[in-house]
Amino acid sequence: MRAAHPNERRVRARLAAAALGILMLILLASFFRAQVVRGTAWALQSESNRLRVLPIPAPRGTVFDRYGEIISDNVPSYSLSLFPAEVDSIAISLTRLQPYLSLSDERVDELLETFRANRRFPLLVRANLTDQEVAAMAELRPEFPGAFLETRPRRRYIHGPALGHVLGYVGEVSPQELESPRFAGYERGMILGKDGLERQYEELLQGEQGIRYVEVDALRRVVGSFEGYAAAPAIPGEDLHLHLDLALQNYIHEIFPDSMRGAVVALNSEDGGILALYSAPSYDPTEFVGGISRDRWQALDTDPSEPLFNRAVMGRYPPASTWKLATAAIAMELGVLEPNEVMPVPCTGSFRFQNVTRRCWNPNGHGYQDLAGAVAQSCNVYFYQVGVRIGLERLVDEGTRLGFGEPCGVDLPREMSGQFPDGLDWWQRRWNYRAAENEVLSIAIGQGPNDQTPLKMAQFYLALARGEGAPAPRLRRPVEGEELQPAWSLELTEASTASLQESLRQVTASGTAFRSTLEHWELIGKTGTAQHDVTGDRLPHAWFAGMAGPFGSAPEIVVVVLVEEGDSGSSVAAPIAAKAADFHLRRKYGIPVDTIQTLGEHLDAGIPAPWAWARQNQERQGVPPAEAPDDPSDLTDPDAGASPPVSGTDPTPNRSTPDDP
Amino acid sequence: MTLFRRWAGDPVLVGLALALSLFGIAMIYSAGVLNVPSPVVTGAWRRQLVWLALSLAAFTFVSRIRGRWIEWAALPSYLAAVVLLAAVLVIGTGAGPAESVGRWIQVGPIRFQPSEFAKIAAVLGIAWFLSSRESPPAGVRDLVAPSAIVGVLLGLVVLQPDLGTALAFVGILFAVLFWSGTPLLHLFFLASPGLALILAFNTIVWSVYFVALVLAVYLFRYRLYLIESAGVVLANLAAGTIALPVWSSLAEYQRNRLLVFLDPGMDPRGAGWNLIQSKVAIGSGGLTGKGFTQGTQKRLDFLPEQHTDFIFSVIGEELGFVGAFIAIALFAALLYRLVLMAEKVSDPFAGLVLFGIFGAWLVHVFINVGMTVGIVPITGIPLPFVSYGGTFLLTCWVMTGLAVRMAQED
Repeated sequence: MRAAHPNERRVRARLAAAALGILMLILLASFFRAQVVRGTAWALQSESNRLRVLPIPAPRGTVFDRYGEIISDNVPSYSLSLFPAEVDSIAISLTRLQPYLSLSDERVDELLETFRANRRFPLLVRANLTDQEVAAMAELRPEFPGAFLETRPRRRYIHGPALGHVLGYVGEVSPQELESPRFAGYERGMILGKDGLERQYEELLQGEQGIRYVEVDALRRVVGSFEGYAAAPAIPGEDLHLHLDLALQNYIHEIFPDSMRGAVVALNSEDGGILALYSAPSYDPTEFVGGISRDRWQALDTDPSEPLFNRAVMGRYPPASTWKLATAAIAMELGVLEPNEVMPVPCTGSFRFQNVTRRCWNPNGHGYQDLAGAVAQSCNVYFYQVGVRIGLERLVDEGTRLGFGEPCGVDLPREMSGQFPDGLDWWQRRWNYRAAENEVLSIAIGQGPNDQTPLKMAQFYLALARGEGAPAPRLRRPVEGEELQPAWSLELTEASTASLQESLRQVTASGTAFRSTLEHWELIGKTGTAQHDVTGDRLPHAWFAGMAGPFGSAPEIVVVVLVEEGDSGSSVAAPIAAKAADFHLRRKYGIPVDTIQTLGEHLDAGIPAPWAWARQNQERQGVPPAEAPDDPSDLTDPDAGASPPVSGTDPTPNRSTPDDP
Repeated sequence: MTLFRRWAGDPVLVGLALALSLFGIAMIYSAGVLNVPSPVVTGAWRRQLVWLALSLAAFTFVSRIRGRWIEWAALPSYLAAVVLLAAVLVIGTGAGPAESVGRWIQVGPIRFQPSEFAKIAAVLGIAWFLSSRESPPAGVRDLVAPSAIVGVLLGLVVLQPDLGTALAFVGILFAVLFWSGTPLLHLFFLASPGLALILAFNTIVWSVYFVALVLAVYLFRYRLYLIESAGVVLANLAAGTIALPVWSSLAEYQRNRLLVFLDPGMDPRGAGWNLIQSKVAIGSGGLTGKGFTQGTQKRLDFLPEQHTDFIFSVIGEELGFVGAFIAIALFAALLYRLVLMAEKVSDPFAGLVLFGIFGAWLVHVFINVGMTVGIVPITGIPLPFVSYGGTFLLTCWVMTGLAVRMAQED
């Protein structure tokens, strides 16, 4: 080919240069548009591309007892989660994590199921990693795309099952809870209180989540700090200071008979604060931390002894004889019963009213009795007469005023109200018949349509101890400036109060519960034996409701013990109450705690109890109750039931202690 | 300075090429700065440095070969390229992101891409063919032979399959034909079936285009043989009418499979991931960028192929618009320099070789840079002098050596 003419070349070169210029300008314009005009938008996308916002869980508030002992606190723990991704890739990640986190195949399936239900959220794979696991994960993180570590404060329940029913437990927020207005603002994966105090004071204990950023790469691997960068620190929850006496609570857990079901409530009579609240059997809330396994939950939930059921505030039992004091108090309030009044009709073993004959537990009868004697011997006939005097309508109305049909208002979730007729039309509404006046006979002795929680009975005995109103029993100590509001008050004269307390004193001094008397403290109270099973195949529930304090001064602790199918209030329930009260008061007054506490224990162990004989003699020299037999060994009571508390094999103090001078 | 002038032959062209190569090594180094280091990318800059040394040696050698010898070598090297490309289809091995695709030939420890060598061969081959003819192509007929010369190589490359590199052959063909004095109209007719294929995706646009094409054929009826006119119109009609229905009748996955077959590196993670991440990286660079080695998109592995095909995204993210501007300006200067050199040289073969190189590089630069910012579909095609890749850098420098040598042919 001949050489092209220079002019031709120049034209072609200019055309080529123009084409080159246009193409390069197109490139420059595109870059200008992307980087300068739209740069900010892309920059934002770049940030969201690589930063994942994650919450910093706030540590829950610490729970303290009345002496400042820690009941529950937090320890740091690590957990491993996966960022949301395709189900397949989550499945692969889980399979690869299996050997490092000892995940079973079933667990992997379970986690995948959880993830399928919530694909937009990180999946918590394992909580409470060991140090070795944390180290392994940190080292191997490039191999586990999408995995990230979290430090979560982990709830620690230091005292295990002793506090199960008081503290409740924590768990991950459920979908239902997320929808409820109470937990508005809660986010998935947050830990909240599920029961007990954890639930009751959830908002207080929760604190506020912080925010952190984790930088991830294109494979969702966390880069930089594995724990991320805190943008807003978490605010810990508030601490909870309780009335609870931790040592007492632990002690009750220890002494409560292992195989028995029941409840113990101890109140501080000064302010109604709950010193102890125990329900047996209990559960260890630690099992719930980090998620309880399905099998374990099933086991707890279907256990026939119902370990998750808080009997102290949810269990309703016929109060039986312990309620006789309520009948007496109401009668005194209404002015139909004088202190120490002797009822006109003597107990002959039964009582007839409006064509109905009701029996006393003692077919031989108790004869003429004053209030103290009737309480000491738990004479039904005496209280039938008191009931008749009050009349059904007034008894029902006044009982309702004293809150027997309402919950106490304790600071625990799901408290049950007692069952009690709130008026004469209650029978109509409930069973569609008009109540006959003779219904009063049942109610007056704590039977009939009258079921109360151990806590409610404790509240009533608190009122007896104080001689005035009873505030709602509370676990949490009032914060500064919070006023104590009595829920209601017993409008009794001092003489009436003294008379009621004296009648309770007779129960332990010479009545059914004498074996539960204590060396240092005056324990007074009422036993009860509640029939709950019409067939009579099952043993009755055993009650003891009472109070204790130093001799000659006002009671300081109110204790109610209920033992399901415990048979005997005096031999099963009363000793627990006595030991609990003794334990609390000894510690309060700095007297060394001894395991041999009640008179009964002294007798059984063959240890002299000179204080008991001295007191007994004093009692005999004083004014004995009119019809009360001198020898307590002759006393029997429905509370004593099938096994009388004192029998021939259970020698009187004098006989059992020959060494006694 | 004088020493450099004497060594380089054309200090402007070589200076620009050297600047781009060093800039490339710096960016390859930066591309290896990752939060979760990858051994392949991290050490790449050192290997590229070694390749640059080799390339400069090759340049020194090539730029000193006598022009006649190069002309003599054109036909044998073309035939060798055909043999090598055919061999790749049989014994080729894969590597890197296109592992399943055989593009490399392994001879002992040395592994190279015959398609890179084929570019040089294509430039020499078509330049030799056209310069040996009496007159520049006057009709569409005359374009058939040169198209076939490049077409054989292009076809072999497409069979690999390597659509990106194939496009470089198209660039070479058109640039050389343009410089040989082919009328622009004929170049348009040559390109028209391809244009019709693209425009066919919008029926109205294609219709307007087709009417205009028929009009053009009618207007210039005296410059075309009837068979040429008919051929152009029929080719356009076929491209425009058959392509679309056939394409539409394919299921989505079949289309994707076809696209992936044409270019396996196109979208390995689906749904335009590469393009999106590249645009985010470039856009977030802003005016002045995030700083050398500081690009977060790149550091966190969001950028695909950040040291090879998407090196320009790293430039955009870390050096911002300023950096992108300078890089594009360097390429523009380099390419313009080739045009000036071609204009000055009177020897037809030399001029055609220079324009062949111009065409190859222009396609590489425009498509590579354009795809990172989303104005060109993503095809696996590297950026001359800058992208990591030994054979490719060597090819670029051999072409530089050829260009320098050819410019001295008077």
